Amino acid sequence: MIAPERTYHGARAGAGPLLYLGGTRRAALGEWVTITAPGQPARRGQVIDVGERVTVIQVLEETLGLPPSNADITLAGETATTPVGRELLGRALSGVGQPLDGLPAPIGVQRRPIWGAPINPTRRLPPADFIETGISAIDGMNTLVRGQKLPVFSGPGLPALDLAAQIVETARAPRGEPFAVVFAAIGITERETGSFLRRFERTATMERSILFLNQTSDPTIERLLTPRVALTAAEYLAYDCGLHVLVVLADITHYCEALREIATAREEIPGRRGYPGYMYSDLATLFERAGVVQGAEGSVTQLPILTMPDDDITHPIPDLTGYITEGQVVLSRDLHRRGIFPPVDVLPSLSRLMNAGIGEGKTRPEHRKWADQLYQLYARGRDARLMAAIVGEEGLGGDDRRALEFADRFEREFVHQGAVGRSIQETITLGWRLMESLPRTDLPRIDDETWEKHTSPGGEAAGAAGAAGAAEGQGGSVAGDGAR
Amino acid sequence: MSEIRIRRVTGALAEVYPMQGAALYEMVRVGSRRLLGEVIRVEGDSATVQVFEETTGLALEETVERTGSALTAELGPGLLGRVIDGIGRPLERIAEAAGTFIRPGTEAATLDAERRWPFEATATVGSTVAGGDVLGTVEEVSGFAHRILVPPGVTGVLASLASGSYTVHEPVGALDDGTPLTLAQRWPVRAPRPVAERLPGDRPFITGQRVMDFLFPVAEGGTVAVPGGFGTGKTVIEQSLAKFGDADVVVYVGCGERGNEMAEVLKDFGTLTDPRTGRSLMDRTILVVNTSNMPVAAREASVYLGMTVAEYFRDQGYRVAVMADSLSRWAEALREISARLQEMPGEEGYPTALGNRLGKLYERAGRVRPAGTPERTGAVTFISAVSPPGGDFSEPVTQASLRVAGALWALDAGLAHQRQFPAVDWETSYTLYDRATQAWFAEHAGADWTTLRAEVLALLQQETELKEIAGLVGPEALEDVDRLLLETARLLREVVLGQNAYDPTDAFSPIAKTRALAALALAFHRGARARLEAGLPFERLDIAAPRRAMLAVRQATPDELGAAIAQATERIVPAEEAPV
Repeated sequence: MIAPERTYHGARAGAGPLLYLGGTRRAALGEWVTITAPGQPARRGQVIDVGERVTVIQVLEETLGLPPSNADITLAGETATTPVGRELLGRALSGVGQPLDGLPAPIGVQRRPIWGAPINPTRRLPPADFIETGISAIDGMNTLVRGQKLPVFSGPGLPALDLAAQIVETARAPRGEPFAVVFAAIGITERETGSFLRRFERTATMERSILFLNQTSDPTIERLLTPRVALTAAEYLAYDCGLHVLVVLADITHYCEALREIATAREEIPGRRGYPGYMYSDLATLFERAGVVQGAEGSVTQLPILTMPDDDITHPIPDLTGYITEGQVVLSRDLHRRGIFPPVDVLPSLSRLMNAGIGEGKTRPEHRKWADQLYQLYARGRDARLMAAIVGEEGLGGDDRRALEFADRFEREFVHQGAVGRSIQETITLGWRLMESLPRTDLPRIDDETWEKHTSPGGEAAGAAGAAGAAEGQGGSVAGDGAR
Repeated sequence: MSEIRIRRVTGALAEVYPMQGAALYEMVRVGSRRLLGEVIRVEGDSATVQVFEETTGLALEETVERTGSALTAELGPGLLGRVIDGIGRPLERIAEAAGTFIRPGTEAATLDAERRWPFEATATVGSTVAGGDVLGTVEEVSGFAHRILVPPGVTGVLASLASGSYTVHEPVGALDDGTPLTLAQRWPVRAPRPVAERLPGDRPFITGQRVMDFLFPVAEGGTVAVPGGFGTGKTVIEQSLAKFGDADVVVYVGCGERGNEMAEVLKDFGTLTDPRTGRSLMDRTILVVNTSNMPVAAREASVYLGMTVAEYFRDQGYRVAVMADSLSRWAEALREISARLQEMPGEEGYPTALGNRLGKLYERAGRVRPAGTPERTGAVTFISAVSPPGGDFSEPVTQASLRVAGALWALDAGLAHQRQFPAVDWETSYTLYDRATQAWFAEHAGADWTTLRAEVLALLQQETELKEIAGLVGPEALEDVDRLLLETARLLREVVLGQNAYDPTDAFSPIAKTRALAALALAFHRGARARLEAGLPFERLDIAAPRRAMLAVRQATPDELGAAIAQATERIVPAEEAPV
């Protein structure tokens, strides 16, 4: 049992963000701490190691100017908590929940521990429906499913944050179910913070969102708390209020660097590239907070964004993330250079749960085959492009030249969409339009039945080789699904 | 004696004092929430405890209770179909007590203490019994006889034993020294259960996956390491094997993996039926679940718990398969705990004992003659996924696994990108069980099994060499026979070795189908080669028809298989393509 609040005068030692306190009474792991010193602002911290002789406190704020021997250290008698409630919607808060929007600090309906608890696997429901992000390369080819964690692997200088902001704006639950976005920015710059705030200020987006913005200039340790504060707020909205919540976490790389910095300050034995050996378990305590559970209407879906240092997908951060998450969306430097936005490379991208969230009654009945066919065509085109780089475009055979053309169009027309959101129906229609320009024999993954339904007059993208009057009812129902 | 109290907490470790005479691996209850932990280091009267539950909120001076025993598994009727965490608590019971989220300190026994089981005694009162002897049976699920064994180490004259309806803790009989005999027994998870004799493997563990059964078979009682980077399909393979592998009992250890995946397994296994018995798949399965966000110490224990449950069914004379997904997460748990203990790190920060501990774990697999009468054989086959960082197999966990595993199914990211699944790389994978399984395959699949296998491997090898040349000069510049070889290799890869785990008819391939497909691909090759030698140019070969014929075999249900093979055999030699 944690002791009630008590105050000690003077720490034995201080080093970087850590304070070493002697002889505490019943200090608890994770206990919340406030530190004051004459002429100094109050600082917050938490207990990360308790011992009879020494208790280690991690200070959240900058320790510059803090005299350890002359500080008053108050142990709060509880672990870190954060307010939760619907009233947080519409707010812009710091990485630890302080107001950034000039309004009073949120009180919430209750305070909850930010560390969360693992969802009992027997109480999970397998993810079974999708979230429309408004991005064709995601919705069409790597569908984000409710309860999933699908990271975006970006590289330095790629527009991952713009993509994140656009998704915050355009994402929705496709059949109008209650939906909210919790956006946790981790270690972003002043400039980016400003642009987010301006972009969302007084928009409809803001009303259904909570922004937690931890800036580069904020103390490192706060970055470890920001995603947890955000997820705690999101869990309340999902499991207590029945909202489908999309949590965007950007940038996980900054989070991992903070983790490494703290581990080093604690003189822990470093693992790969200096990151602590427990980074997998630590990241899992964030990512595994996505899910759909029995008896709750809502869900928590995560879209973490990370920057691969030097575009290296085997770097520990993307590597460990990939082992925990259910797929990845990979951004491409090459596409970005060619002005494609968002520069999503669909070939190495994968949504492992896609099949569970698409199809009849969710997106469109033919979605799987449609996506497989587009993937195959694009992969062929990319192969042809490689070959063309060696033998020249003139050296390509007719099939390869057609494939290459298709790949170009796919990138320019399908992947590229600029700042405009597209509904899933628009995305699928667009994909069909690209495929219709090819001979039927180039589409082996599309079976005859699907093809006929698609090309019949009632179908969504009526046009090519219309088999007159066939299956009007079915065609109509396809369109009906679209309208809903 | 003064109360035992917490002196220090760091991560999953707590230092407690005073603990006179504490034994290593003794279980303790830590703090006011009574979190389960075990002693992993003793110095004087002070002991370091690894705590199996979340330690946030654990405070100095909280008290500690000793239990005097090591972490044990509760074994008995009611195990089948259970979903338990790394220390044996049924997750369903935890949910009943704590709701959606797991609350530390929840207590729940592995077996249902209330439920009554029909026990049928078979041992004779008055006879001398010893550890491993069968006392009787409980029909745990219809058609499955759970054999009740005398616990290892117990001997004496059987004073009483009676058929009837019992809970797992009520005595069904007793020895003449008064020792009660119950349906349930306990065994410390870290110790292998004793056996009478270890036997060599003599038959394959049929996985239903063509690339494994045909190219890299594992013997029953054997061990396989399945390393692969993320997205190469480790989990799909482990799940397919758990669903379709030919075993009496399957223990699936989800060790440090995804919660949604476990939800999927729970749903799938609950709805699928086992084709061999017609019962729910769950009726032959025990799931040990410790997802990545559950405490690491319990993750470390979960693999031992799974292995102990498997040995218990092996001792009853059953063929058991253990799937562990993934052993890397287990090794990482070791590393994390070792780092907290400030032990000198070995390679990549893993404890230097990693190889040793991993070896001992793999060695718990095997085909054995269990102790006791009547005489019987049982086997534990161990198939463990490994998640090498960055997909690099030179890392310690993969390498330590390869030193002890009898087969390697290496998963390749390149194959996975080409959507070739299972992405088993035939160039680096191997098996040491080919000889041990040869005779069985010759008898059950066809005398030519071994020759077929050698021919297929040779063809794939030639393809690799040819592809290098083709990469330089372009495929059109190759000679016709070489172009044919590339075509045959493609058939082998796409139609024979490739398999769709989500296709209901193809998810499991009986060995008759596997053999037929391989034989058809080779027949195609010979037939087409004869055409080329007779002067037909490669461009004029009709390759599509034989491919379709083989696909029809692949999609055939067991009833249709014979006819499909006969039909394909007729069409396998490519005809001259009709001029366009």
